[in-house]
Amino acid sequence: MKRSVFIAGLVAALLIGMGVCGTGQKGSVTSAQEKMSAMEVKIDNFSFGPVTLTVPAGTTVTWTNRDDIPHTVVSTDDPKTFKSKVLDTDEKFSFTFNKPGTYSYFCSIHPKMTGKVIVQ
Amino acid sequence: MSDKKNDELLHDHNRDGIDRRGFLKCMAWAGTGAFCVIKGGVLQSYSLSRLSELNASVSKGELSFVQISDSHMGFNKAANPDVVGTLKAAVDKINGLSIPPEFMLHTGDISHLSKPEEFDTVDQILKGAKPKDVFYVPGEHDVLNDDGMQFLERYGKGSKGAGWYSFEKKGVHFIGLVNVMNLKSGGLGTLGHDQLEWLEDDVKHLKPSTPLVVFAHIPLWSLYPEWGWGTEDSAQALAYLKKFGSVTVLNGHIHQTMQKVEGNVTFHTACSTAFPQPEPGKADSPGPMKVPAEQLRNVLGITDVNYVQGQHALAVVDSSLA
Repeated sequence: MKRSVFIAGLVAALLIGMGVCGTGQKGSVTSAQEKMSAMEVKIDNFSFGPVTLTVPAGTTVTWTNRDDIPHTVVSTDDPKTFKSKVLDTDEKFSFTFNKPGTYSYFCSIHPKMTGKVIVQ
Repeated sequence: MSDKKNDELLHDHNRDGIDRRGFLKCMAWAGTGAFCVIKGGVLQSYSLSRLSELNASVSKGELSFVQISDSHMGFNKAANPDVVGTLKAAVDKINGLSIPPEFMLHTGDISHLSKPEEFDTVDQILKGAKPKDVFYVPGEHDVLNDDGMQFLERYGKGSKGAGWYSFEKKGVHFIGLVNVMNLKSGGLGTLGHDQLEWLEDDVKHLKPSTPLVVFAHIPLWSLYPEWGWGTEDSAQALAYLKKFGSVTVLNGHIHQTMQKVEGNVTFHTACSTAFPQPEPGKADSPGPMKVPAEQLRNVLGITDVNYVQGQHALAVVDSSLA
């Protein structure tokens, strides 16, 4: 009796598992969405998150300032590959990375804030 | 003060103008509306209850001026939705000082976003102050988007480079420095080669007995580099000032009072008139600190500076807007 209850439980678990599998495709969509959202860099507490972002060539990366203080997004190379205007709270900056390489950047107002985009 | 009181600290064992207990006590009070005075080379700390007594003793000086900082006009977030009101309160405070200051220093972050209307508003409010002359240096918020061109047009008349300059008042030599331009990734404030060369030349012909006041936005000492609170090449600048018997360094940027005495150099940072920032390392970031509305004016303030000829150092007095 106990065992059949156990089996029933197991089947239920399997069914639930299949249910999850049924949305398995959704699962992969979710991970694609995650990838999409990973192309966002959020500025919180005077730091870029994620600090290092790896993306395929052709990706557009968008930075959003969620601090109460303005920040900028400026590449460290010379001449500068990208340089945002000053971003006030909730303002965004986007840049499309077409060429593979490592792009280091920082906030020119608070230069201790640094980040990196690796384009593959 | 000839009569020693319990809250006045006059043990100067190393003859360096500071005693450790006094310094720590002073540091503990800093930012809470208390103040410190460096007088005759000796750091003295006072409780707020003795403000009037102190005013009477130090306001006999020959030169009195006031420092304001970080007005951040345009800031409207929770930490202070009314930066106009608090700047006006600072002006009221200045106008209420027992000896009217002869001029004002503004150590930067006049505006929050370098917008013309933000500068205009500050100019308008400061017109209400009794002292008519204001000497400015830029903060990083004043040079956004245009490499400081607008700042130079508005406030940089007669200045060199990105806006540095010097002037004399009653035998005191004032030097305004700019350390918010061309900041490098991962770095701190920067003066740069051209400005350092100018500084060396500017002080070369001065007598060592000339009192110096150096003012700049970002602290010219390594206050908390983890948050960018320091200047990369400040040591070089200070090396040029070694021969002088009295150097007072006035900074802003960190929105709280801090002081340090090193040899003949007294470092001091002023409160903001807009919003407080956390003590070094005491928060996730140096962003605006929200305090209960009724406490806000306790953590904003102005700095009153008095010079008495013949005295070793200038008296620096912080008072809150409360």
